[in-house]
Amino acid sequence: MPELLQFLFSGLTVGAVYALVALGFTIIYNASDVVNFAQGEFVMLGGMITVFAHAAGLPLLLAAGIAIAATAVIGVALNKLAIEPARGAPVVSLIIITIGASIFLRGVASLVFDKQIHRFPAFSGDAPFRIGGATILPQSLWVIAGGVAVFIALWLFFTRTLTGKAVLATSNNRLAAQLVGINTNWVMTLSFALSAAIGALAGVLATPITNTSYDVGIALALKGFAAAMLGGMGNPKGALVGGILLGILEALTAGYLSSQYKDAAAFIVILLVLFIMPQGLFGARQTERV
Amino acid sequence: MRLSPRATTLLVLAVLIALSPLMFPSNFYYRVGSLIFMNGLAVTGMVILIGYAGQISLGHAGFSGIGAYSCAIMPVQWGIHPLLAPLLGAAISALLAWLVGRPILRLKGYYLAVATLGFGILVYMVLMNEAALTGGPDGITVADSGLPDLAEAAGLDLSNSQFWYWMSGLVLLAGAWLALNLYDSPTGRALRALHGSEVAARTVGVDVARYKLQAFVISAVYASVAGSLLALQNKFITPDVAGYMHSIELVTMTVLGGAHSVLGAVFGAAILTMLPQVLTVFAEYEHLLLGLIMMLVMIFLRDGLLPSLMRLIRGKSE
Repeated sequence: MPELLQFLFSGLTVGAVYALVALGFTIIYNASDVVNFAQGEFVMLGGMITVFAHAAGLPLLLAAGIAIAATAVIGVALNKLAIEPARGAPVVSLIIITIGASIFLRGVASLVFDKQIHRFPAFSGDAPFRIGGATILPQSLWVIAGGVAVFIALWLFFTRTLTGKAVLATSNNRLAAQLVGINTNWVMTLSFALSAAIGALAGVLATPITNTSYDVGIALALKGFAAAMLGGMGNPKGALVGGILLGILEALTAGYLSSQYKDAAAFIVILLVLFIMPQGLFGARQTERV
Repeated sequence: MRLSPRATTLLVLAVLIALSPLMFPSNFYYRVGSLIFMNGLAVTGMVILIGYAGQISLGHAGFSGIGAYSCAIMPVQWGIHPLLAPLLGAAISALLAWLVGRPILRLKGYYLAVATLGFGILVYMVLMNEAALTGGPDGITVADSGLPDLAEAAGLDLSNSQFWYWMSGLVLLAGAWLALNLYDSPTGRALRALHGSEVAARTVGVDVARYKLQAFVISAVYASVAGSLLALQNKFITPDVAGYMHSIELVTMTVLGGAHSVLGAVFGAAILTMLPQVLTVFAEYEHLLLGLIMMLVMIFLRDGLLPSLMRLIRGKSE
């Protein structure tokens, strides 16, 4: 069984990163009904800014903090400059706008930073723990803990705080939320900042294991998007479960079937889930008003 | 005399295809021209899917890949005549689109987007990984179709680029003609009706699922033929033709120019195809500018470039 355990460990690690990306998707989707294809670029920015700030001599923790804050500002700018002006545009236009944003951010990153692959040292060393014949890196535990912590924090935020409930109200009905005195513009700003910060955090946590470069965003966005769909769009629980399921599934496919087709397995399962349950695992059944 | 919009579109396209070479300073421009027509052909198919039927696909490059690799694999591996390969490729694309489209097209909006995206990535991965058949990531050479030689035997003295310029121009005209005919046909009306409201269309007796599937299959054939033409011209093909970025480009070209008209979409194809050629000096900034253009056009010119331009011209003349 050590083999299976090893695959589960690596699946959990990757899955936690996917879950963080999917949680970022979920927040923006809930607040604005926009699926943000530039979510993967937030992860890239988190990793890259940390790398360069750390290389410039800042301590790792400070570099990570700067990266997360800077990415949050970029997220807010994305909302103000590209999403807000396009309010009410059809889904196809919104998809193209956010894909355009992701290509733009990638282009900027390749100019401001470079096109090399980078990493920075793991938080607590590289000596792996041995559990039941399998090994797990301390950094993997950081990633998994990060995923769980963000999920719990978001859950508390949405269910226990007034601001969180204002976000939910805005996602339910923007006009009605405005009528009861919620500043919906501020809610949008908050959602993009939060989503970008979570993406950047995923980048900071994962970079010591996966490395980073200016173009890691596309693959992460696709997987995170798929994970969010698998769990059911707009549901934080779905994002977490979808992300971790997807990670484990990939690791098992890579381990037992074919490492070349590990990405294929993920998409085949997603297609099947969508055929059988078009709203994902946890998505609410929607009825469309005509 | 007033021409119908359909005749106008075909006339404008034909004149542009016929007269552009007069301004070409070198042979290289024939190549860019043929690339524009090939992309224009695939994009004309996207007009049927996005503009007429209101569905989205982020995986249509997959069909281009099937068309392209059919031309590469069939003549060499299975001894099929090179001119039959594009037709068989189109048939395989149509069959696959029909099989995949039935379950996928029940989905809407973002769910449809991710399902088609998944399909495109699966095709891409097969092309990447089945190296014995497809040559893998390094790509594969495509056997000569014999068509340019035939043209030479018929007394036309054309270079390879020139031949494919005229060839793809003609195929684009034919494709545009078919797409425009479809617009006014009962099928076209049904597609536009379900674009407006699926429930309303169903209420008046439109078989929504069937017509959506038809639009999907037709657009897949367009993408497949475009891929075949590309393979035959380049005589070499890599899996990138089926890649995610190519799918995105196809959708972007369509919506950038104006998804509701064939002419608009071809205009979009022309702009996005020329962009990298114009920007070679700023190769570093290419992606940055592409992303910026995508965002700006979608925010400020929601109907696409050409319809917005036309409105500007009409508004001034009135």
